[in-house]
Amino acid sequence: MTTAISAHGLVKHFGATVALDGLDLEVRAGEVHGFLGPNGAGKSTTIRVLLGMLRADAGEVRMLGGEPWHDATALHRRLAYVPGEVSLWPTLTGGEVIDLLSRLRGGVDRARRDALLERFDLDPTKKNRSYSKGNRQKVALVAALASDAELLLLDEPTSGLDPLMEAVFQDCIREAKAEGRTVLLSSHILAEAEALSDRVSIIRAGKVVQSGTLSELRHLTRTTVMVETERPADDLASVPGVAHIDHVDGRVRFDVDTDHLDEAMDYLATLRVRSLVSHPPTLEELFLRHFGEVVEEPVA
Amino acid sequence: MSGLVGTLSLVRFVLRRDRIRLPVWLLAIIGITYASAAAVASTYDSPAEIASYGNNIGSSPAGIAMGGPPVALDTQGGILVYETALTAFIGVALLAAFTVVRHTRAEEEAGRTELLVSTVVGRHAGAAASVLVALAASAVVGLGVTGSVLSAGMPDQAAWLYGAAVAAFGAVFAAVGAVAAQLMSHGRTATGLVLAVLGGAFALRAVGDVQESFLSWLSPMGWSQQVRVMDDNRWWPLGLSVLLVALLAVATGLLAVHRDVGSGIVPARPGPATAAGWLASPVALAWRLQRGTLVGWAAGMFLLGLMFGSFSQEMEQMVADNPTLAQYFEATGGNITDTLFATSLLFNGLGAAAFAVGSALRVRHEESRATLDLVMASGVSRTRALLEPLLVTVLGALVVLLVGGAGTALAFVLTGGSSGDALALLGYSLVYLPGVLALAAGAVALIGLLPRMTLVVWAWLGVTFVVGWLGGLLDLPGWASGISPFEHLPLVPVEDLTWLPVGSLTLLAAALLAGGLVGFRRRDIMA
Repeated sequence: MTTAISAHGLVKHFGATVALDGLDLEVRAGEVHGFLGPNGAGKSTTIRVLLGMLRADAGEVRMLGGEPWHDATALHRRLAYVPGEVSLWPTLTGGEVIDLLSRLRGGVDRARRDALLERFDLDPTKKNRSYSKGNRQKVALVAALASDAELLLLDEPTSGLDPLMEAVFQDCIREAKAEGRTVLLSSHILAEAEALSDRVSIIRAGKVVQSGTLSELRHLTRTTVMVETERPADDLASVPGVAHIDHVDGRVRFDVDTDHLDEAMDYLATLRVRSLVSHPPTLEELFLRHFGEVVEEPVA
Repeated sequence: MSGLVGTLSLVRFVLRRDRIRLPVWLLAIIGITYASAAAVASTYDSPAEIASYGNNIGSSPAGIAMGGPPVALDTQGGILVYETALTAFIGVALLAAFTVVRHTRAEEEAGRTELLVSTVVGRHAGAAASVLVALAASAVVGLGVTGSVLSAGMPDQAAWLYGAAVAAFGAVFAAVGAVAAQLMSHGRTATGLVLAVLGGAFALRAVGDVQESFLSWLSPMGWSQQVRVMDDNRWWPLGLSVLLVALLAVATGLLAVHRDVGSGIVPARPGPATAAGWLASPVALAWRLQRGTLVGWAAGMFLLGLMFGSFSQEMEQMVADNPTLAQYFEATGGNITDTLFATSLLFNGLGAAAFAVGSALRVRHEESRATLDLVMASGVSRTRALLEPLLVTVLGALVVLLVGGAGTALAFVLTGGSSGDALALLGYSLVYLPGVLALAAGAVALIGLLPRMTLVVWAWLGVTFVVGWLGGLLDLPGWASGISPFEHLPLVPVEDLTWLPVGSLTLLAAALLAGGLVGFRRRDIMA
């Protein structure tokens, strides 16, 4: 499989702030790659380096066989970009913006555009200044998805979308993958990346701290369970993969590695479960658990 | 009146947020009035000069259309009102209406009103608070105007009446702003409605005053002028203004209960669902975004040229009668008509420069708003992203110069000039193009090389403006006035056309442009 994006040792300073601190990133052609990290980790900076908007202070980048800074224009014709904070020209309508951006790239696929407008339930006759954040995001998404770009660079594209539109977005990304397109999807929501990504890279403080397929990263994900059983769960500690057992008001809270969820459930079933709540780990919990001591705080 | 709960705390909030803006506006309006009043008092200080003003300006339709009915122009006080009223009226109206719109509709649009309405604040408190502040500001302007004309020697009663007339006009527009904010769903469209009403009020009384018809009585600006300061000194027309303010206040309250927070009575108009076929390049986008501004500047400069030119005959007569004015015009050299047209063309050039600088800076504006990212990420090179919009800047500046020059030339023909000379005037208007281009290229150089300091170019334009307007009076040292690119250009038609400064300024513009482009191609694109 060929490589769509490969970056090695990227460094970018803004004054005294270190935005990227030796970042490595590898995105394979045709995959959906989740780019995960908390706010301020350097996701947007990385994407803007890939776009050739920013010139890295050190390191190497190749994208679609070119170099983002020098071959910016040629590469831009082959990619589509959705910024995290979409701002548009207030006096233009959404439809005008979609057409303009499509034509700059080469042409409008009218049928595709209209189908996407329908799916995202977006009114193209509204002036941009009356759109909400989510609707401005939809304008940029429709423009990007209506193109035939082979690479989609999406910077937290769903931060303003409601759950229904989030589902539409996920369908669109799966279709893009089926068409053979490559997607770099930045997000600070683990569940979104899990739903879509073939592989993920986790970035913190300007460095990629973990990268691989989701099953490779499975050991990173632990589910938190809160359970109330008829008989006391005294032997819980002996179930493989269970940690952080805590007794609260007659209930038990514990974390379990997702790989061992089965065993934990089997054991609990023998105790007659009265109530059970579970939630997947948030990205923040994951960071705290796995990278808390390893990674230095970003220099302010 | 539970709808007004919290009004007083909101008044404090409005004052806190406008603690810089409001004093600046007040100082500007009062300062300009004070300066013009002082200038009028020193320029027209003999009975002969005052009589000449009354005979010439008072009988000119152009003068009446601009300044109002010729009331008591045979007195210094009458001239004071005539020369200062337009600025004061328009200034106070804009201040009052903008204050209200900014704190009601624009706030609501930004979503901040929801935050306030969710606390213990009545439905009408926001509108009431902003109107109260606007009324107070109008009163302060009125006091400032009274003080200015008192210090210029106007009798007490007339001065207080004049100040009250100005304040009353401000009050009317505070109320107009409040209604507009209820009707429209966007701050911008509400502001547009206010400007349309102001334009209508001006036009009604301009036509009415020239025709001496009832039309003046349909305009609030007419009421404020029909008090006839220094003549009848009557207060009752201001009663009409007070009545209108009360009616509009009630209308605001009624409109407010018939709509939801966040929406207007008039729904936002939908636009085209698809872009016009030509909207497919950075230059087309720049045209789409700037065409309205360009039309505005061109129309404004056309009218300014027309107005300047139409005074040529009255000016000749007045200068002949007034030694102070004669001295001023001698300082610039040449005969009065030529000087007048040279000044008109210089102002035309300054207008074109202001358009061009604003237009050139748009790339930086788009960059900081991140819309430039969208354009560039769609396959537009840095060179195209920077240079293509400048086509609109350069051609737009050319259009403003020519249209403004056409206004001046038309006035020249209308006042009896030959069409051949008029054509020459039109040509002369283009002499300022290299100066305009140098300023615009200065903006580009800053965008490329010092993007955080692009506002410096406004300072350059400001100096150019001050030197052009007041240069002769200020007696500036050569290096200081030399900062203005216009200072190096021949003051046509008073001075002969020389090509050296035209060529060197064009070269300077080219060098600045090249520097800006080199910088822009090398640097980070940043918000």
